Amino acid sequence: MTEVKASAAGKEPIEGGNVGMGTHYLEVRGLTVDFDGFKAVSNVDLTLFQGDLRFLIGPNGAGKTTVIDAITGLVAASGSVNKSGVELLGKKVHQIARSGVGRTFQTASVFEQLTVLQNLDIAAGAGRSAWTLLRRRNGVLPAIEQAMHTIGLTHLADKPAGVLAHGQKQWLEIGMLLVQNADVLLLDEPVAGMSTEEREETGNLLRRIGAERTVVVVEHDMDFMRAFATSVTVLARGQVIAEGSVAEVQANPKVQEVYLGTAAAGADGIELVEENS
Amino acid sequence: MRAVLGRWQTWAGFGIAAVVLFGVAPVVLSDFRLSLLGKFLCFAIVAVGIGLAWGRGGMLVLGQGVFFGLGGYMMGMHLKIADAQIRGDDVPDFMQIAGVRELPGYWEPFASPAFTLLAIVLLPTAIAAALGFGVFKRRVKGAYFAILSQALAAALAILLVGQTSTGGSNGLNRFRTFFGFTLNDPANRRMLYFIAAGVLLLVVAVVRQLMQSRYGELLVAVRDGEERVRFLGYDPANIKVVAYTVAALFASIAGALFAPIVGFIAPSQVGILPSIAFLIGVAIGGRTTLLGPVLGAIGVAWAQTLFSERFPSEWTYAQGLLFIVVVGFFPAGLAGLGVFLKRRRKAKTEPPPEQATDSDPDTEKVGASS
Repeated sequence: MTEVKASAAGKEPIEGGNVGMGTHYLEVRGLTVDFDGFKAVSNVDLTLFQGDLRFLIGPNGAGKTTVIDAITGLVAASGSVNKSGVELLGKKVHQIARSGVGRTFQTASVFEQLTVLQNLDIAAGAGRSAWTLLRRRNGVLPAIEQAMHTIGLTHLADKPAGVLAHGQKQWLEIGMLLVQNADVLLLDEPVAGMSTEEREETGNLLRRIGAERTVVVVEHDMDFMRAFATSVTVLARGQVIAEGSVAEVQANPKVQEVYLGTAAAGADGIELVEENS
Repeated sequence: MRAVLGRWQTWAGFGIAAVVLFGVAPVVLSDFRLSLLGKFLCFAIVAVGIGLAWGRGGMLVLGQGVFFGLGGYMMGMHLKIADAQIRGDDVPDFMQIAGVRELPGYWEPFASPAFTLLAIVLLPTAIAAALGFGVFKRRVKGAYFAILSQALAAALAILLVGQTSTGGSNGLNRFRTFFGFTLNDPANRRMLYFIAAGVLLLVVAVVRQLMQSRYGELLVAVRDGEERVRFLGYDPANIKVVAYTVAALFASIAGALFAPIVGFIAPSQVGILPSIAFLIGVAIGGRTTLLGPVLGAIGVAWAQTLFSERFPSEWTYAQGLLFIVVVGFFPAGLAGLGVFLKRRRKAKTEPPPEQATDSDPDTEKVGASS
């Protein structure tokens, strides 16, 4: 893991975005996903600006992953998902991906038979012409070089992705989103199953890449959330019940109720009310 | 350095294959055996395409007999018309016997050699592309795709059996000439063999380029994670259609060569059994490799001829057993076994030497790591 350079230097993701007017945004309005009468997600509104590192939390079955599935076109949804003026709902999965929305999955899904470099090269190539595709890959694109640097896998470029450690696979996936040129990154439990060190590194990675992009992280790990989130949306039973900074959300009685059963149940279990260190 | 070595090895590989096919085989083999080898080369051409679509693209193409048959029948129709014209008849011999006095409308364009050759290339390509788009866009895959392609082969075979205008279950046979060359002449039969050998080298070169290109990497990615590829902004259907279409084209060309080399094309070359037989050689040779399918197809066909000359009934069991053993225990085929043994040998002889990792052309493609 190394420091990110260029325009992101010195910039940190902050709540509400770090760019100001003219920023890229993702605006979700009235998003509803109906599975044969069961509303997995109902009427969800989200507004995300570039430079915001948003965490999406909530108990199991709250609809967090379904929100991501709906935004990326995997499940049919009603409502509106507007990315910097372009409506995404109703488009096909690969069209949404091409308009700059990238995602990862709960289980790392890299192409295990292909090398790290090949994985990244494929991720970078959605717009390639037939002629380019039919020729051999010559050299390494600068963007891929930089992405490998950012995710710290340069020394493993020619190793098949299948031999990478779990954490490295997740980083490779994030790297694939970077070279894919996604400016909205939707990450589904990126640190699940990671060691403490790997979590730390992943968090730092997210903060570095989050400065220039809109990053949404679905997460169960509250410590991780507290350490790295700039803003938090809490979902429960398919609805948004709270939104704001980490401190605001933690202080919200509704959130405490959802997580602890009742607000008075004490500070055990998820330890949501404990002060951030 | 390694790239240079790899390229040099590739050319050396092609050179050796060319010497064997064009130099050694015609000298060593009798005319009969050479013609037999020509038939096997046709199967190998089909196998190269199956290796691409199945081994690299993950599409279990169980109906290549359809395209093989299309190519074979189109060539056969032209040859029959040409023979009839030489004799001064309006219609081929088998139609006269059936009492047909006028050439059916759909036969007429095949009087033109140019049209026939174009159709052999374009018609199966168009059909495969249309079919591929229909099937892959709807995300039909796995067993459903395999069953669909097999049903197609069965349907075409049944259709052909019922058609008196294509010779029914006898198919088209007794070709006398091939574009003006009499097929009785051993020199001309040898020429057909050389054409098949040349085409085989060409399709291997094409597939090698496809496998090593970015497209080849993408195809493997689609095979291993179609949904993931979709989320990277590609439509996997387009990628699969290309491989499927190329495989269909190769099968059609192979069929078109098979008809004059073997002297007939019949529904028995189109249906389910021949379609599966195409697959067996590919599986045994190693479907993910470049040369595995070629050597597997030739090897299995050769063994079949050899054994069935001596033990006609036992061969079927041997073939079945071989298929089960390979699929069950060596899913990567004999090529995979070779790589496995090589790796073990390397692991035993301490410090792994620098060389031999890029290795010979038939194993270097295993696992898409080249």
